[in-house]
Amino acid sequence: MEVGLAHYLVVAAALFTIGVFGIFVNRKNVIIILMSIELVLLAVNINLVAFSAYLQNLEGQIFAMLVLTVAAAEAAVGLAILVTYFRNRGDIAVEDINQMRG
Amino acid sequence: MLASIAFYVLSIIAVVSAFAVIAARNPVHSVLFLILTFFTSAGLFVLLGAEFLAMLLVVVYVGAVAVLFLFVVMMLDVDFAELKQGFLSYMPIGGLVALALFAELALVASAAGSANGAPIGLAPAQPSQVTNAEAIGQVLYTDYLLVFQLAGLVLFVAMIGAIVLTLRHRPGVKKQDIAAQVGRRRSEAVELKDIRPGQGIG
Repeated sequence: MEVGLAHYLVVAAALFTIGVFGIFVNRKNVIIILMSIELVLLAVNINLVAFSAYLQNLEGQIFAMLVLTVAAAEAAVGLAILVTYFRNRGDIAVEDINQMRG
Repeated sequence: MLASIAFYVLSIIAVVSAFAVIAARNPVHSVLFLILTFFTSAGLFVLLGAEFLAMLLVVVYVGAVAVLFLFVVMMLDVDFAELKQGFLSYMPIGGLVALALFAELALVASAAGSANGAPIGLAPAQPSQVTNAEAIGQVLYTDYLLVFQLAGLVLFVAMIGAIVLTLRHRPGVKKQDIAAQVGRRRSEAVELKDIRPGQGIG
């Protein structure tokens, strides 16, 4: 069977769903939550590139690059916040994060 | 035919390793599975004719982001088994939401794939006489120059933010203080003592 647009979209949908599911089930572990967000953004990238190939239009790849940039920035800042939080509290349980209050 | 086989192999590996990312007990394994996911996705990008983005994915994610994750996981001294506890209690509701989400997305995807009047095949998005990187450069540095520079600004702000967040001045650490060194006077460094003959220093 010839691989078409729908195949790539289904793979991206599976990755997206796994990412969202990971956020749900790993409520306590911020590192896994950050990795799940990376998975979600990867799924978005696959969608953009698949449509770029489907529509014969390079703009999708440009925007995939921008998503990549934002994902990298988000990972850096998120991990920096995580390190600071760990330094102040000694663990990374997200459930207590609402105690920060400014 | 070969491309189809490659697609199925790569996508199965990608999905399975993505699931392993969220299910692994050890976060170091999670990071390694994340690297595998990104690597296979880069393979999917190559299949779609986006070689430049595939290399970017490998360089940026495997080379930078995943290593950053690895550093943080290894530096934090956390009992990860304890953090894993809520896994089963959140499983039913999370599974329900995930199932609904996947059903909807797959429905939309299959509808998009079978839309009539549109071309079905997937081919590289650029004209055949230029390479992918060249074609992206021709678009990125002309029509999307502003967006490109804004992306650089985003990275710059993120870099400064990360540095500001993690920089700390620890008290009690010996460091070189140039101003104090240069501003040293003879009067506060050397002292003349009169010692009477026949007596030692003491």
